[in-house]
Amino acid sequence: MSVESRPGAGILFFGKPKVIPVIKFHQVHKAYKTEGRMIPALQPCDLEIPAGQIYGLIGHSGAGKSTLLRLINRLEEPSGGRIEVAGQEVTSLQAEGLRAFRRQVGMIFQHFNLLSSKTVAENVAMPLKLAGQMSSSAIADKVASLIKRVGLEEHANKYPAQLSGGQKQRVGIARALSTDPKILLCDEATSALDPQTTGQVLQLLAEINRDLGLTLVLITHEMDVIRRICDQVAVLDAGFIVEQGPVAEVFLHPQHPTTKRFVQEAEQIDEQELHADFAQVEGRILRLTFHGQTTYEPLLGRVAREAGVDFTILSGRIDRIREVPYGQLIVAFNGGELEQAMELLSASDVHLEVMR
Amino acid sequence: MEALLINVDWYEIGIATLETLLMLGGSLLFTVIFGLPLGVLLFLTGPKQLFQQKGFYAILSLITNILRSLPFIILLIVMIPVTVMITGTSLGVAGAIPPLVVGATPFFARLVETALREVDRGIIEATQAMGATTKQIIFNALLPEARPGIIAATTVTAITLVSYTAMAGVVGAGGLGDLAIRFGYQRFQTDVMVVTVLLLLVLVQILQSVGDRLVVHYSRK
Ligand SMILES: Nc1ncnc2c1ncn2[C@@H]1O[C@H](COP(=O)(O)OP(=O)(O)O)[C@@H](O)[C@H]1O
Ligand SMILES: [Mg+2]
Repeated sequence: MSVESRPGAGILFFGKPKVIPVIKFHQVHKAYKTEGRMIPALQPCDLEIPAGQIYGLIGHSGAGKSTLLRLINRLEEPSGGRIEVAGQEVTSLQAEGLRAFRRQVGMIFQHFNLLSSKTVAENVAMPLKLAGQMSSSAIADKVASLIKRVGLEEHANKYPAQLSGGQKQRVGIARALSTDPKILLCDEATSALDPQTTGQVLQLLAEINRDLGLTLVLITHEMDVIRRICDQVAVLDAGFIVEQGPVAEVFLHPQHPTTKRFVQEAEQIDEQELHADFAQVEGRILRLTFHGQTTYEPLLGRVAREAGVDFTILSGRIDRIREVPYGQLIVAFNGGELEQAMELLSASDVHLEVMR
Repeated sequence: MEALLINVDWYEIGIATLETLLMLGGSLLFTVIFGLPLGVLLFLTGPKQLFQQKGFYAILSLITNILRSLPFIILLIVMIPVTVMITGTSLGVAGAIPPLVVGATPFFARLVETALREVDRGIIEATQAMGATTKQIIFNALLPEARPGIIAATTVTAITLVSYTAMAGVVGAGGLGDLAIRFGYQRFQTDVMVVTVLLLLVLVQILQSVGDRLVVHYSRK
């Protein structure tokens, strides 16, 4: 087999992975009938979720995130529009076709939704038993390896009630992976967990995405979750997708007020405090955004020397978006050649935004 | 001791106990056989459930309510022609079982419906997301998850049936309750009354504690 004919071989020739959408929405919308009236939950939207990526959906409670997610495996029937998943037209699937399709899409939930009457191993085995295509010994082997993958070897024969929240979600993940799905849907999978456990579960999800090449669609109401593991993000507000794009783009340069609020929450920025700080300094105030390698370069000192400006750092944060480092500083510049300083910074790939 | 229980014929008591147990066992068996599917049907067609059917549910609901509101003694008499059709007799233990089943089934079905409603919706959803058929959702998720509730429902139904059997004497089915009424009450044989009531109490106690134990055993929460 030649290299060119191998699926996905194109990836080798580009710096960025080639983008092949695995989930496509065309003008999909959904309204629920409540007390005889149709209440829209999701406004007509177009969406393309690239294969192998972690796609985040963020929005406040009631924004329509779960509705959108549940349309993907047709737990909800769309009111209109076309949904295509892994090359299949989901909207036209009939009974058995729909069930076979659902086996290719795993799902995990905020409240885990494990069967309390079954042990960890029985829960993980359930999708395989229902599919009825494997022998019990093959199922047992597979279940054992899945349980190992999520690090629960010692708990295989326990009941969910005997596990912690993080362990329960690991069972949920193992169960969702049992039928070797192409896509994993995560509905607020970490919202019921404490911060430390959240970190561990997110890490597990990122590993699964990396090792198995699974596409993840992940709902959250925390920008921090998006920042830590997502490649792309869509922001939902009252049933509308108000912003979407690569996480770095949306996170570092939010456009819509809802997105801005989410970012401020994540960064713990207090708008009022910031403006109080502004009153204490002179000169031009800029927000500098570093992304990638520039984050580590000793830029500020050099620019200050070359342009003869003085600077005061008012606030700042250095962190990572997925694996890529970024820095965002609010800096007041004084004296010297401000124009030149700004040019030097821009030339070094620093994004500038004038705040005063 | 002999003097205290002067009217008690232990052979007679033994027979009556056996009759009560037969009536209870037979009617409980058929009540579960008919009531469990009926309860599942009520649940599935109920409001906001998997197969919501407003009209069908309303009718089914009405029928169960009518049967439940009918005093058992009336049911026993009204049912006589039907009983004869089913068992060939309206008398004895066999004659008592059909009305007992008809009286207890709607009651049991309602309890089953309630037990199924207690199952977290998320579990049904997760099972659907696995690509389960409706049958699989019922047998692999709903019923196992509702098992403690269904066992508790069976216990309550069994105890209700014990009290119903006391009235089955009307059709000559015998049993402990019948003995208590005929001898203890009508002939003022207080000793017979006390012994039969005590035996009934023991039976109820046993049913309750066995039921409770099973519920605990199957509850993994
Ligand atoms: N089954 C339903 N029936 C009626 N309304 C619903 C149903 N599910 C969701 N909704 C409504 O649709 C809107 C979006 O809900 P949802 O998608 O669950 O939001 P989110 O997951 O972002 O919190 C909400 O206003 C909610 O009340
Ligand atoms: Mg939701």
